[in-house]
Amino acid sequence: MSFLTIENLNARVGTAPILRDVSLSVEAGEVRGLVGESGAGKSMIGKAVLGTLPTAVEIESGRIVLDGEDLQALKPRDRRRVIGAKAALIPQDPLTALNPSRRVGPQITNRLVDILGWTRADAGHRAAELLDEVSIPDPERVMRAYPHELSGGMRQRILIASAFAAEPKLIIADEPTTALDVTVQKQILRLIRQMQARHGTALLFVTHDLGVVSKVCQSLTVLFGGMVLEDTRVEQFFARPGHPYSAALLAATPKYTDPDASLTPVPDAVIAGVEAEIEAHDRMHGHV
Amino acid sequence: MSDDVIYEIENLRLSFPDMAHKPLFGAAPRIEILKGIDMRIARGDVVGIVGGSGSGKSTLGRAMIRLLEPDSGSIRFNGQDITHLEETALRPMRRRFQMIFQDPMSSLNPRQTVGSIIAGPLKLQGFDRVSARVDQALDHVGLPRRFRSRYPHELSGGQRQRVGIARAIATEPDFILADEIVSGLDVSSQAQVLNLLEQLVRELGLTLAFISHDLSVIRRLCQRTMVLYRGEVVEYRDTRALFEAPEAEYTRELLDAIPLPDLEQVWA
Repeated sequence: MSFLTIENLNARVGTAPILRDVSLSVEAGEVRGLVGESGAGKSMIGKAVLGTLPTAVEIESGRIVLDGEDLQALKPRDRRRVIGAKAALIPQDPLTALNPSRRVGPQITNRLVDILGWTRADAGHRAAELLDEVSIPDPERVMRAYPHELSGGMRQRILIASAFAAEPKLIIADEPTTALDVTVQKQILRLIRQMQARHGTALLFVTHDLGVVSKVCQSLTVLFGGMVLEDTRVEQFFARPGHPYSAALLAATPKYTDPDASLTPVPDAVIAGVEAEIEAHDRMHGHV
Repeated sequence: MSDDVIYEIENLRLSFPDMAHKPLFGAAPRIEILKGIDMRIARGDVVGIVGGSGSGKSTLGRAMIRLLEPDSGSIRFNGQDITHLEETALRPMRRRFQMIFQDPMSSLNPRQTVGSIIAGPLKLQGFDRVSARVDQALDHVGLPRRFRSRYPHELSGGQRQRVGIARAIATEPDFILADEIVSGLDVSSQAQVLNLLEQLVRELGLTLAFISHDLSVIRRLCQRTMVLYRGEVVEYRDTRALFEAPEAEYTRELLDAIPLPDLEQVWA
């Protein structure tokens, strides 16, 4: 069953469309990559689901269904409660996502206490358990530490633990490893995959890196200019990308085992082609 | 051979005061960042410097162009010892080694036009025909001359990085240090900027040190690669050999950790 379904989502800033008829779904236990370059709208989709869109962005039409609940149909108050209980975020930058002036422990347990109504003691137990699960040595000590006392990899582990704490149906990971060294990135990606598989969570993995997609995702959605260009399984994608832009993106991705064939710039003709598609789409939908 | 060597670095050591552990009175203890680096760069070489965060790769780069002063060891540039040279003596030399920075948004003055950004070092170094040289630099990096009157925020990330490159090559330097210059760019503009660098290296005979955490980019661009780990050189040799048969355990670890865009590579 699908934990997240987005149907024909349109959003704009002023008169400028930023999401164009976006549809996608993430099944229970599935990891779906949301791939695109800057400005493609990949983070916007994550924010639309979590209800954290910037105020300038207006959702025009479309449905976001989270574990059976149509979010647009709910009152803002109920919507926040549903999202808080059913979805969670693994953010990009572990340093800015943690409050620097507060100890780590309460930052994990607050969600459980505030949203799910657990007691502090239960929440504390659960947090320690989770920190252990994400291979943090001496969880009790780490929970009393401040974020700056921990390494980047350690902080990201804490945020992963925190995301899984309330057993959400859906986790959105927004470029969770871009700020990390490759060796740490590898550990963190494996950890996210393990945790996701163990908990059966649906995972929407926002990234610009097709290398990362090939290591963690089962399916992917390729975006450009807020429009879905391709929606496919990874096996299919890496064997035969279904859209010229996808193919160009794959050829532009660095690959040290094949230095001459990789890092090929995306041809102008491909970009022009996608832009024409977007224009055609906007004309059909009554935008200028 | 020594006339072909542009950089000769011996036993370079550099440390910073560790302010987190400074006692209330007295001097802060020092943290050693570079622990005895030896390195030679021949004229026309493109050298990759790679390592994780905290490996000292940026510190090494900044010491090479003397934005930082080393504690000990020596740096010889074009045969001249610049290890402890005063800024007044360094300034006239600075046109010979230039730098391209990681983030063009913060390294380009937002209040200056592209034209005056590129003209900056030319004026400082007392060049003649500044305007013509600015045009020439723009031509080299493939930006139209009318971009002279634009401001950085009007450009895309890739275009901004081209401006950074234009500024660096304008003074016709012998050596350019590029510190993580494509890590903030989308893959499509990353490929364009790398192609541009390759082309400039060929056309202008540049010597380039390319600092990056991305081994795939280094593999494509550099003839020689230095791997740093915690301030020490792990390996420094021919790029192809280093990639095909890494000698050090750490190099192997780095290579294994790069997610290749295919499904054949499987992480255990």
